[in-house]
Amino acid sequence: MAKSGHDLIDIKVHVWRQKDAKDPGKLVKYDVAGVSTHASFLEMLDILNEQLVAKGEEPVAFDHDCREGICGSCSMMINGRPHGGQKATTACQLHMRLFRTGDEIYVEPWRAAAFPVIKDLVVDRTAFDRVIAAGGFVTANCGSAPDANDNLIPKEHADKAFEAAACIGCGACVAACPNGSAMLFVAAKLSHLHHLPQGQPERLHRTSAVVTAMDAAGFGNCSNHYECEAACPKDISRDVIAEMNKDFAKAAFIHRDRSTKADGGG
Amino acid sequence: MKLDARIPGGPIEQKWQNAKFDLKLVNPANKRKYKVIVVGSGLAGGAAASTLAELGYDVACFCFQDSPRRAHSIAAQGGINAAKNYQNDGDSIHRLFYDTVKGGDFRAREANVHRLAEVSVDIIDQCAAMGVPFAREYGGTLANRSFGGAQVSRTFYARGQTGQQLLLGVYAALSRQIGAGRVTMFARTEMLDVVLNDAGAAVGIVVRDLVTGKIESHAAHAVVLATGGYGNAFYLSTNAKGCNVTATYRAYKKGAGFANPCYTQIHPTCIPVSGDYQSKLTLMSESLRNDGRVWVPMSTTDIDKEPAKIGDEARDYFLERKYPSYGNLSPRDIASRAAKEQCDDGRGVGPGNRGVYLDFRDAINRDGEDKVREKYGNLFDMYERITGENPYKRPMRIYPAVHYTMGGLWVDYHLQTTIPGLFCLGEANFSDHGANRLGASALMQGLADGYFIIPYTLGNYLAGVDAKGLADPKSAAFTSVEAEVKGGIDKLLAIKGKRSADSFHKELGTVMWEECGMARSKESLTRALEKIPKLREEFWSNLSVLGGRDSFNQSLEKAGRVADFLEFGELLVKDALVREESCGGHFRVEHQEAGEAKRDDDKFCHAAVWEYKGTDAAPVRNEEPLVFENVKLATRSYK
Amino acid sequence: MSWFAKYSRSSIGAKHVMAVSGLLLLLFAVVHMLGHLQMFGGQDMYNKYANFLQSLWEVKWPTRAGLLAMVLVHIATAMSLVAKNRAARPVGYAVYRPVRSTAAGRSMILTGLVILAFIVFHIVHFTLGQVQPGVFHTLDAQGRYDAYSMYVYGFQNVGLYAAYLVGILLLSVHLGHGAASWLQSLGFRHPKYPYDKLGRLTAVVLFVGYMIPPTAVLVGLIKLPGA
Repeated sequence: MAKSGHDLIDIKVHVWRQKDAKDPGKLVKYDVAGVSTHASFLEMLDILNEQLVAKGEEPVAFDHDCREGICGSCSMMINGRPHGGQKATTACQLHMRLFRTGDEIYVEPWRAAAFPVIKDLVVDRTAFDRVIAAGGFVTANCGSAPDANDNLIPKEHADKAFEAAACIGCGACVAACPNGSAMLFVAAKLSHLHHLPQGQPERLHRTSAVVTAMDAAGFGNCSNHYECEAACPKDISRDVIAEMNKDFAKAAFIHRDRSTKADGGG
Repeated sequence: MKLDARIPGGPIEQKWQNAKFDLKLVNPANKRKYKVIVVGSGLAGGAAASTLAELGYDVACFCFQDSPRRAHSIAAQGGINAAKNYQNDGDSIHRLFYDTVKGGDFRAREANVHRLAEVSVDIIDQCAAMGVPFAREYGGTLANRSFGGAQVSRTFYARGQTGQQLLLGVYAALSRQIGAGRVTMFARTEMLDVVLNDAGAAVGIVVRDLVTGKIESHAAHAVVLATGGYGNAFYLSTNAKGCNVTATYRAYKKGAGFANPCYTQIHPTCIPVSGDYQSKLTLMSESLRNDGRVWVPMSTTDIDKEPAKIGDEARDYFLERKYPSYGNLSPRDIASRAAKEQCDDGRGVGPGNRGVYLDFRDAINRDGEDKVREKYGNLFDMYERITGENPYKRPMRIYPAVHYTMGGLWVDYHLQTTIPGLFCLGEANFSDHGANRLGASALMQGLADGYFIIPYTLGNYLAGVDAKGLADPKSAAFTSVEAEVKGGIDKLLAIKGKRSADSFHKELGTVMWEECGMARSKESLTRALEKIPKLREEFWSNLSVLGGRDSFNQSLEKAGRVADFLEFGELLVKDALVREESCGGHFRVEHQEAGEAKRDDDKFCHAAVWEYKGTDAAPVRNEEPLVFENVKLATRSYK
Repeated sequence: MSWFAKYSRSSIGAKHVMAVSGLLLLLFAVVHMLGHLQMFGGQDMYNKYANFLQSLWEVKWPTRAGLLAMVLVHIATAMSLVAKNRAARPVGYAVYRPVRSTAAGRSMILTGLVILAFIVFHIVHFTLGQVQPGVFHTLDAQGRYDAYSMYVYGFQNVGLYAAYLVGILLLSVHLGHGAASWLQSLGFRHPKYPYDKLGRLTAVVLFVGYMIPPTAVLVGLIKLPGA
C-alpha cells in the first residue's frame, strides 16, 4: 500500500453541459491535468471548475452536499454507470485511484422523464418526494407513541427493515434502469416499513398509494433486469421489489380502498 | 440588549412541567389561522414543521437542498442519547442532565439541559413509532451502546446511520403533512434575510429560488430557524458542503444576539487531510472508540514503521494512559487535544505526521473479524474507499477535525431569539451543549427542540399575536429587505475579479484552523483578526462569480455564503479572544493547568451574546450569567 | 374506472398481467413439448394423442381461444409497456454500460416478435397445412389423421428443421427469462429459494425437449412407418 504516494494523473472528461431545462445540451471535452489519485471524483470536478473559473467559463453545476455517501445528493453517470459503478459507492466516494492517465471519462446527468435536467448535471428529483408524500410514512402524530420497548421487534426483522431503509434516495436505480423505473426506490421505502410492526396497519393502503404516485410521476416499468440492484450505492436487494409486487396484488384484490370509507383525518 | 432567559420557577425537575401548564394555548380551531415559517428541514426543522402542522398550524418549510431528506442531520453516524435506562446500568434523567452539563464544561443553561434530558425518553418512543429501524437485541428490545463522556450505555443507534434513519423518520412525517396540504415545502430555496415589522417582531423572510433565481418574500406570524451550525467557517470540516451560517448570521445582523460563537467542537476521529484538493473531512463515528484503541508510537523513530511491526511495549495508548477511567471514551474535546499533543510532540503518523492510530487489532482478536464487521462494517468500508487502506489489517489513521458548533443564536427557555417571533432550534441555537457537546447529543437536541419543545413554546407566542395581522409581503417592510438582498447579489456579480468563492473560503478556513482551531492564543487570534479583514477586502475586489442571477447558479450561492463566513469568522475569533479561559472546545493555551483546560468561573461563567451594531461599528458583547443550582461547578475530570 | 381496470393499467398491475399471461403460455409450451416427445412412442401413440386432442371440441376451442387471448393480452400489454418505458427515458445516454441485465432480458421484445412470427408460421405449417399441403390430413391405418407422418415429413426437410431450430431457440431464450421473471413479478421470492437459475434451466429444458424429436427425425432415428 502506497503510504502517501500522491500519484498524479492527467485525464480527459466529457461533461454534459446544458444551460437550463430548455437548452438541448451537449457533451464538452475538458483536459484535467495533475489530479491526485487520492482525490475523490467530485474533488476532480472541483479542480476542473477552478480551471474553468480561471478561464472565465461558467463552472459545471452538479448536486453534492455531504460528500460522504449518505445524503444522496450526488447524481451522475460516470462512464455509463450511475456513480461510476464501483460497488456500493456514491460518486462522492469514488476516488481517482480507479483511473489512469489518459483515461477518457464521460459524465452525464441521470436520464429520466421524471428527472428533468435543471442545469448541466443537476436534475430535479422531486418526483421521489411526491412518492413519499403519497404514503411513504407511518401515521403517528407526535406525542402518541407507546414506550419504544412495548413493540418487540425480532432482530432479524429490524435488520431487514434497516437494509431497505439504507436507501439514500439518490436515484441511481432510475438512472441505471433501461426503462427509467423507480421500483427499487419505492419498494425499498415500503420494505423498510413493512418489516416493522409499526408499518403493518397501513401496509396495503400505503403500497397502492405510493405505486399510484410512482406511476403518475412518469417513471418506467420494471422488466426484471436488476440493473437497479447493481447500481444501488447502498446495495439494496431486488427482493424488496418482489415484496412490493406481492403486496400490490393483495392491495388490489383484497384491500378495500380507504377512500371508500370515512377517514377520520390522517 | 435585553437577555431574559424566561426560565420558569420551581425545582429543576418541575420547571418544564410548570412551564407547560403556564404556557398559553391556541384553540385548535384557530391554529390554522396562524402561518409559521420553518427554515431548514433537518431533525429540528423537519420535526418542528411536521409537528406544528399536525397541531393544525399553516406551515411553510424551506430548505436549500433539492429535498428535505438531504439535510445534514443525515450524516450523523453514531447514535442518539436517551435516559431510558433500558440497560439497568444506573442511568436516569438526572444523570443525563449531569453528564451533559459536565460534558459542556459548565457553560450551558441548567434548565434547558434538564428539559432536554426529560424529553429524551419521549424522542425514542416517537422515533420507534415512526418506524425508525433502531438496532435490536435478539429478544426484540432496543440495543444500546456507549459514547464518550458517559459511563452508562444510553445511546440508541441504527448501525452507522443513525442520523439518516432519524431524518428519514422526520422526513416521512413531514412528507405526510406535505401530502395532506398542511405544509407547503419549498426545496432548493435559500433564506437570505428575515423581515421585521415596525414593532421589531419577525414577520417573514426573503428567499431566493435557487432554480429560477427569483427573489421572493414570505410572510408569517412567526419564523423558526433550524439552519444548522457554522462549522464550515473552517472550510474543512465534517459538515456537508452546503452547510452555512447565512440564515443565522443575517438574523444576527437584523438584531438577534449571537451567543458563544467561539464554541466549536473538534471531533477526534476523522480521516486526516490527504492533500490541498481536499474538499471536506470525513468523520469516523465516535462509536468506533468503543472497540478501537488510540495510540501513537512511543518514539519518534518509529513513526514511519509499519504499525503491525510496532510491539505493545513501543506503543503509547495515550488516552488510556492519561485518562484511565474513561480511556478511549474520553469526551471529544479532550481526546482531540490529546491527539494534537502527541502530533506536536513529533509522534504523529501518516502524511505530514498529523494522525494517530485507531486500532481494532485487539477487538478483532477478542471478538473475531465478523463481529467487528457487523458492528462497524459500513464505516470500515467507507474508510477503505477514501484511503485505499484496509482497516481490518492496518489500524485506521485519524485526526481531529471541526465537527459541530455549540454556539449559535441566543435563545431563551422558549427557544426564542432576541427578536420576538424569531425562534431558533437545533445546532443553530446555542442552548444545550455549553462549551462542548457529548457524542450522540446533537440528534437528541434537534429532535427535542422540534418534536417536544417548539410546539409548546411557539403556541404561547402565537396566543399573543393577532391571527388577522399577517404581514403583507408587498409592504415596505418586505420590499425594502428584498431590495437589500438583490443589491447584495448584484454587488457580488459586479466584482468580476479573478478568484472563485471557493478559493477565498479555503483561505479563510486555513486562517481559522491555524489561528483559531484546537489551540488558541492571544497572538494567534490577533493574527487572525488582521488576516480576515484583509481577505475580506480582497474578496470584495477580486471575486469572480460567473453566470447570471436569474438562473440556477451554484457559484452565486456559494459566494453569498462565503461573504457571510468572512464576516462571521471575525466574530468567532473576537469571541475567542475575549473569553480568557479554556472551556470545552475552546482552548486558550494561556489558560491551562498540567495540559488540561482551566476554566475561569469568576469571570466567564456566562454566555457571551454578541449584538450587531452596523457594518462599521464593533459588535457589542452582552452577558447572560449562568447560574448552577443543581450541579456543582467543578473541574471536569475524566481521569 | 373500475378497480380492476385501474389495477391492470398500473405499472405493477401490468407486470402481473405479463407474468400471468406469460406463465400460462409457458405452461402450454411445456405441455406442448411433452406431447411431442410422444413421437418416440411411435405412430400409433402419437396419432392417438393427436386425435384425442382434436376430437374434444369442448376442450380444443376454449383452449385455443384462451391461448389466443393470452397471446393478445401478452402482446398488447408488452407494447403499451414498451411505449411507456421509452417515454420514461426520452433522452438516452451517450455512454451506457449495463452490467446485470442479460441479453435475453433486454431482447424480450425482439424475441417476442420473432416468436409471434414463428407461431404464425407453425400454425400455417401444422394446423392449416399450407407449408407442405401434400402430407396434410393424410390418414393412418386406423383412419386417423396421420400427424406422425406429417411430423416426420416436416423435419426430414433441412430448411424447415433450421427454421424450427431458430424459432425454438428464441422461444427458449424468451421463456427462460420469463420463467424466472414471473416469480419476481408476482412476488414469490424468498432468499432461501433463489430462482435465478430456474430461468436458465427452463430455457435448456425447453430447447432440448423441443429439439430432440425433430433432430431424431433429421438424423433418421424416427422414421416414417414402414420406412
